[in-house]
Amino acid sequence: MIQFGSAHVIYIFEAARWTIVLSLIAFFGGAVLGLLLALARVSRLLILRALSAAYIQTIQGTPLLILLFLSYFGLSLLGYRLAPIVAAGLSLTLYVGAFLGEIWRGCIQAVPRTQWEASDCIGLNRFQQYAYVILPQAVRIATPPTVGFMVQVVKNTSLASVIGFVELTRAGQIVNNSTFQPLVVFLLVAAIYFAICYPLSVASRVLERKFNVAR
Amino acid sequence: MNYSFSFAFLANRWPALVEGVWLTIQLTVVSITLGFLVGTLCAVLRVYGNGFVRRVVGSYVEIIRNTPLLVQMFIVYFGIASMGVKLSAEVSAIIALVINAGAYTTEIMRAGIESISKTQLEAAECLGLSRVNTIIHVVLLPAMERVYPALSSQFVLLMLASSVTSQISAEELTAVANVMQSDTYRSFEVYLIVAAIYISLSFLYRFAFALVGAVLFTRRRKLGTAL
Repeated sequence: MIQFGSAHVIYIFEAARWTIVLSLIAFFGGAVLGLLLALARVSRLLILRALSAAYIQTIQGTPLLILLFLSYFGLSLLGYRLAPIVAAGLSLTLYVGAFLGEIWRGCIQAVPRTQWEASDCIGLNRFQQYAYVILPQAVRIATPPTVGFMVQVVKNTSLASVIGFVELTRAGQIVNNSTFQPLVVFLLVAAIYFAICYPLSVASRVLERKFNVAR
Repeated sequence: MNYSFSFAFLANRWPALVEGVWLTIQLTVVSITLGFLVGTLCAVLRVYGNGFVRRVVGSYVEIIRNTPLLVQMFIVYFGIASMGVKLSAEVSAIIALVINAGAYTTEIMRAGIESISKTQLEAAECLGLSRVNTIIHVVLLPAMERVYPALSSQFVLLMLASSVTSQISAEELTAVANVMQSDTYRSFEVYLIVAAIYISLSFLYRFAFALVGAVLFTRRRKLGTAL
């Protein structure tokens, strides 16, 4: 049996970088998808509203683990052999997009209707309304919950370990397999997740308080 | 892409899926119930406890909410086993899920308890209710009513998250799917079916929570009126 030592700690910390990389891929991919979904959810076209609602319902009703298995094992059967990071990035993007889409829909709808009416009156078209009037205000409302949701994104990247992507949790498993000290290893892993997530949680709360006062 | 879908394996393998669904339901119903009780107790302590208790409960909530369920599950399953206590995968899964659900419930119920207006407490005091009776009869039920939508969607998310327990070899739905796909090489079909089952389960749970809510909160009040 190998003693748990500094080499293991360094290995785990290096793997934490991949957790952060995967989180960023998932967040920015999910943000693009989420914005499109949010706009589709408040669209004037019934078909767009229905399709985006169906997508969100489906993804929110499916465990992320199953999405991961579908894109990693399932797609390879169909002939698309994805690398673990691509499969993980893809399924996290689909997942995060559905949640951000629903959060941001709420934020767009929370902008007072009078803002729509006023921008109609001064003759802005739909694009200008969104770009200059609605979205800037919605972003302000959306910032605290979005930062809060980033905590979920970071935590959910831990599931990428099950398809063999060596991020924080997988590194913990590998080290545990050679040292047999699960308590030490996984407490360290948990502590690193905490160190990433807790500042985000606090930031979300602070932002919420700050923006509430301003309103 | 020349892959032909085939669901023929279902013909003699569907009983395994039913068993998996049943274990998923058992695991999650037990964890949701216990997690709700733990969380409600912690929420009461968080609001009415002394400074020390408040800080302990606060740390519990923050630690659990800022670490992944998968890692919590490994700590419970492998960590406790390494200290010499052998727990089955299902029991470990329930312990981890209860700890996790308890933390989220604490935070949600705390919001509910804090939303109860002070005049309610004063009125209860005037009627001579003891502190415990006040909390049970005057605070908790209306508090729960106010946060019920948040609670039920958190519990549906917990049901979906219970798929993670397959990683410590609890034989629930996802684990059954993993075995089935390695037997049949039909991973795409297997996971599509399982995804559909989870979606149905999440609708079923939402419906069940709506029913429980209708029974529990009989005082139908229009939204936005004073409590």
